[in-house]
Amino acid sequence: MKVASTRTNFDVESIRKDFPILSREVNGKPLVYFDNAATSQTPQQVIDAIVDYYTRYNANIHRGVHTLSQEATDAYEQARVKVQKHFNAAHSYEVIFTSGTTHAINLVASGFSSLLKEGEEIIVSALEHHSNIVPWQMLCEKTGAKLKVIPMNDDGTLDMEEYEKLLSEKTKLVFVNHVSNALGTINPVEEIIEKAHKVGAAVLLDGAQAAPHIKANVQKLDVDFYVVSAHKMCGPTGVGMLYGKEEWLKKLPPYQGGGEMIATVTFEKTTYADLPHKFEAGTPDICGGIAFGAALDYMNSIGFENIAAYENELLEYATEKLQEIEGLRIYGTSAEKTAVISFNIDDIHPYDIGTIIDKLGIAVRTGHHCAQPVMDYYKIPGTVRASFSFYNTKEEIDIFIEAVKRAKNMLS
Amino acid sequence: MSNNIKEIQDEIVDEFEMFDDWMQRYEHMIELGKSLPLIEEKYKTEENLIKGCQSKVWVHAELEGDRLVFTADSDAIITKGIIAILIRAYSNQHPKDIIDADTAFIDEIGLKEHLSPTRANGLVSMIKQLKMYAVAYQTQLN
Repeated sequence: MKVASTRTNFDVESIRKDFPILSREVNGKPLVYFDNAATSQTPQQVIDAIVDYYTRYNANIHRGVHTLSQEATDAYEQARVKVQKHFNAAHSYEVIFTSGTTHAINLVASGFSSLLKEGEEIIVSALEHHSNIVPWQMLCEKTGAKLKVIPMNDDGTLDMEEYEKLLSEKTKLVFVNHVSNALGTINPVEEIIEKAHKVGAAVLLDGAQAAPHIKANVQKLDVDFYVVSAHKMCGPTGVGMLYGKEEWLKKLPPYQGGGEMIATVTFEKTTYADLPHKFEAGTPDICGGIAFGAALDYMNSIGFENIAAYENELLEYATEKLQEIEGLRIYGTSAEKTAVISFNIDDIHPYDIGTIIDKLGIAVRTGHHCAQPVMDYYKIPGTVRASFSFYNTKEEIDIFIEAVKRAKNMLS
Repeated sequence: MSNNIKEIQDEIVDEFEMFDDWMQRYEHMIELGKSLPLIEEKYKTEENLIKGCQSKVWVHAELEGDRLVFTADSDAIITKGIIAILIRAYSNQHPKDIIDADTAFIDEIGLKEHLSPTRANGLVSMIKQLKMYAVAYQTQLN
């Protein structure tokens, strides 16, 4: 495990006060929320931004001459700049607001359908979320391109030797998650990108699971596309980012037709708007975009180094405690992982454990985590996945461990 | 002559009323799951799999005389408990009675209230499946 070398002095109790939901009860017990990899909770600062938008300046953006429209446009475009700065994109127009990671991936896949030729190849990893597999299967069906898969190792890391063998001049695209959602593995993305670029292939990183823990620097990574969802990083659901290098975004055709994405329209010919509007047809989630910006402000005010160090502490603590439970197996034991623990106990079905510990106020995810190929690899129906965030505590982990033990006793 | 569905349902409701809290209810359900009449391996097929459950549930139905007999299995023990309760009420009954049976007892034993929404959906799917078997075999009897 990646262990924090120094204890952080950040004050989790005061951070918890920012999250109103953390003080609620579930089934008569204080909520212990360990389903952060599915969606993170929302701090008051973000809730306030949402309320403020609808209270003071709700209006449709761009081209409005009235004050409210101007204020909303400014706030929305400022949010784009916040996202740009956070991920260190070279230009704000390289940041496309989408409805989330899945939408962003589909946008890129759809764009590549006009660029790919039969016999060319796309590489994905065995660790992918379904949403990262299906659009490429559809793309391959449409274009006659072939889908190749980087196999995984027993510890949940990618087989990088095999990856190298898969790469050739036929490879046009490589799609890998920065962090695996099922196992928490942090993939060696620098190496993946560098090797893909050597054969002239573009790289899309799914940053959905990485973004809450790691501040990705898209220019330093030299990644071609990077996608995230706001709701996994303290923002609202329904909004996310597609980062694309300018040259790539210019190459891709528009995804949807509609308002915002056009420059001029006649029945003879329509010319498309410049970036980023070319990919933002229709009225976007204005409030969501603004709240996404507020969420980044919030997380940056705590600091990603502090977040990573504290979450590593939680991960190490929980891993140690869980391993004391007899018959418990942890899936995904890479040295580089985020604060996610996927496990099973003996042959107890993960759903049974999830059901019992929910009665004790604990929220975890059970099932295949939309990563069936990973489950097939381990030959299991699914796992129990506990995922921690910077607002969780060791005391909550203790409650969780006791609950898991109780469930085990009931179910064995 | 076995008891009719209503009598068995009442019996199950009485049984669950003895328990004060959810833990005991669940423990009882798990026990019932262990006593479930197990489906033969050959019937664990894709067609016998009930959709709408996170865990796998297989149900097989067979006519014995004019009565429908259910066997089932699940890979999750709590689900097995739920299906055991249903089978206890509906198995070895005349298809017409199964079709007509109401399902209020599920609420009365607190299953719907105490189970998570997706599980509750699974429960609804299970009842639907049992009734569908009954409808299918009823036409055979006629």
